[in-house]
Amino acid sequence: MLSIKNLHVSINDKPILKGLTLDINPGEVHAIMGPNGAGKSTLSHVLSGKAGYTVTEGSVTYNGKDLLELAPEIRAREGVFLAFQYPVEIPGVSNIYLLKAALNAMRKHHGLPEVDAMDFLTIVKSKVKLLQMDEKFLYRAVNEGFSGGEKKRNEILQAAVLEPKLCILDETDSGLDIDALRIVAEGVNSLRSAERSFLMITHYQRLLDYIKPDVVHVLADGKIVKSGGPDLALELEEKGYSWLEGRAA
Amino acid sequence: MMNELSNNAYLAAYPALADSLPGRDLPWLQQLRNEALQVFGQTGFPGNREEEWRYTNLSALGKTGFAPAAVGAVDADWLNSYRLDNAFCVVLVNGCFASDLSRLEGLEGVTVNGLAEILTQNPAALEGKLGQAVASGEHNLVAFNNAWFGDGVTIEVAAKQVLDKPIQILHVVTEAGALAATRNLITIGDQAEAEIIETYVGSTDSYFTAAVNECLLGRNAGLTLTKVQLEADKAQHFGGTYVKQAQDSRFLHHNFALGGGLARSDIHSDLDKAAECSLNGLFVAGKRQHIDNHTRIKHLKPHGVSREFYKGVLDNRARGVFQGRVIVAENAQRTDSEMNNRNLLLSADAEVDTKPQLEIYNDDVKCSHGVTVGQLEEKSVFYLQSRGVDEATARNILTFAFANEMADKVENAELKGLLLNELLARFPAMSL
Ligand SMILES: Nc1ncnc2c1ncn2[C@@H]1O[C@H](COP(=O)(O)OP(=O)(O)OP(=O)(O)O)[C@@H](O)[C@H]1O
Ligand SMILES: [Mg+2]
Repeated sequence: MLSIKNLHVSINDKPILKGLTLDINPGEVHAIMGPNGAGKSTLSHVLSGKAGYTVTEGSVTYNGKDLLELAPEIRAREGVFLAFQYPVEIPGVSNIYLLKAALNAMRKHHGLPEVDAMDFLTIVKSKVKLLQMDEKFLYRAVNEGFSGGEKKRNEILQAAVLEPKLCILDETDSGLDIDALRIVAEGVNSLRSAERSFLMITHYQRLLDYIKPDVVHVLADGKIVKSGGPDLALELEEKGYSWLEGRAA
Repeated sequence: MMNELSNNAYLAAYPALADSLPGRDLPWLQQLRNEALQVFGQTGFPGNREEEWRYTNLSALGKTGFAPAAVGAVDADWLNSYRLDNAFCVVLVNGCFASDLSRLEGLEGVTVNGLAEILTQNPAALEGKLGQAVASGEHNLVAFNNAWFGDGVTIEVAAKQVLDKPIQILHVVTEAGALAATRNLITIGDQAEAEIIETYVGSTDSYFTAAVNECLLGRNAGLTLTKVQLEADKAQHFGGTYVKQAQDSRFLHHNFALGGGLARSDIHSDLDKAAECSLNGLFVAGKRQHIDNHTRIKHLKPHGVSREFYKGVLDNRARGVFQGRVIVAENAQRTDSEMNNRNLLLSADAEVDTKPQLEIYNDDVKCSHGVTVGQLEEKSVFYLQSRGVDEATARNILTFAFANEMADKVENAELKGLLLNELLARFPAMSL
């Protein structure tokens, strides 16, 4: 589904990703761990099409298409979803407005009519329930004044409504309290399917207790330096990253 | 300067026009008109040689020579599309009171009359009132209106009357080349409450609206006045609202400046003791539009409260001006005043000039002001794109959200809906 080959990315001529290779098959859950500043969020931004990044080498293929050629909104409509590490506040635009605009943009892209107003409310309310949120959040401006944890939960609400094919979670667990982590993880687990893949960026084993990954990668200094099974995360928890530095996978 | 004035088409045409203006036989009005003509005759339309007009040069107005036009045929469907259903309605066509198009049945405790009609039938009712809130010395557009106004409307709300429906003043211009010089006098009696909405539209493209409202608020009276300026693309618009607020009165103004090629608004209020004044405004300009907003709040006595919040959205080569003056007199202790102006520039060629001016003549006050000029945040645009919204729509949604904050402050639901549609037409996005 996603194939990243030898990806090199710079910001203002400063190399950040330095030959990253990663393959994700449909239905798989991959976790990426790694030290601060390694380039994890950079990878998530490049995949979702944020401006300001220059790809100097390598390729990204998504369902047979050159992902890097597509505008951000086309990537989204084709099923790429990024749950941001730092979700953006959008004053004056309500959550429910954004959900509807986004869902209709997806449907239009796939040749479907606009969602019926009643059906839409039913879908959204069921997802709000799934994430154990208060319905009042739907009518508040997107992320405005939300607590850190509420913002993260709101990102997953959007994923649940939009039903992406590739779901990139950038530190969705950071800032969540213990109960919220469980609820959000259950929400994510309910989205798991044979067609839907996940790329989860995290610093903590804790999340992986709830959402069991198929593969764990270590991203350090712009490259994947080690990949392994779920046990790798436990090993990292114990030993940190220093023993891996300078190694290639 | 002499040259400019010898070219002034209005001064040249005045002698022929004067006899047709209402109230020729009233000495007090003649005096007002003569003084006005003298003031206007000295320098004509304001140009940017004057500090107050630094950003808006109107001297070219003198060359157009637009002339008063009579009430003509009005397309009913077009007119009705601007009417509020749930309001009494005064219609002014080309500046003239059109009683057959107005809807005033069922009005109670309020007297509404055509200005020209009153000047003929009962001029005593206006003597000493007209010209009380503003004089020709204010600036030459006011002087122009004083000398040229041909009609308008007087609205008098009796003391203690609380109107259950708003009154809309619908200014329509239907004749190309028309000068619509109107004068409206609004009196709100002691402890009375009213909501008035003025809407400016044109079914032709090139004309000149020059309107002056004088508002006199009695003790503990309340007036909500909303201006919806939707003039045609090439129209020139001047609309000034000058308010005198008696003790404990409340004046709430919403100024939506969305139309016209060249548009200028004055909103001025003088506050007596413990009066409250809130001025909200939104100006949206594109193409080569020029929209100038001038506000002035004078705290003359203690315990006054004023709140001002203006937003501007400028696109293409448009230019916006916001000048906000707050004057706190020496004996206006305990004045509480806040002013805020936020502007959004959508193009590199758009421009906004913003100038808050605080003139405070005593120490016992709480006054603040803030100004911002910015662009859409790229991270917000990307966030919406990352959810599948195309870039143009994302920018429209964000711009709409910025502007809609001001429409949201309007309490009247029908009016709010109308404003929402005007904004959505300018920034097409999914409606709510
Ligand atoms: N606009 C920029 N200009 C210069 N350097 C940048 C810019 N944006 C990011 N970087 C740098 O790129 C590197 C990778 O940043 P990135 O956000 O991808 O790290 P990360 O792995 O997500 O870290 P964390 O675990 O702290 O979230 C960092 O050194 C960061 O300072
Ligand atoms: Mg990061």
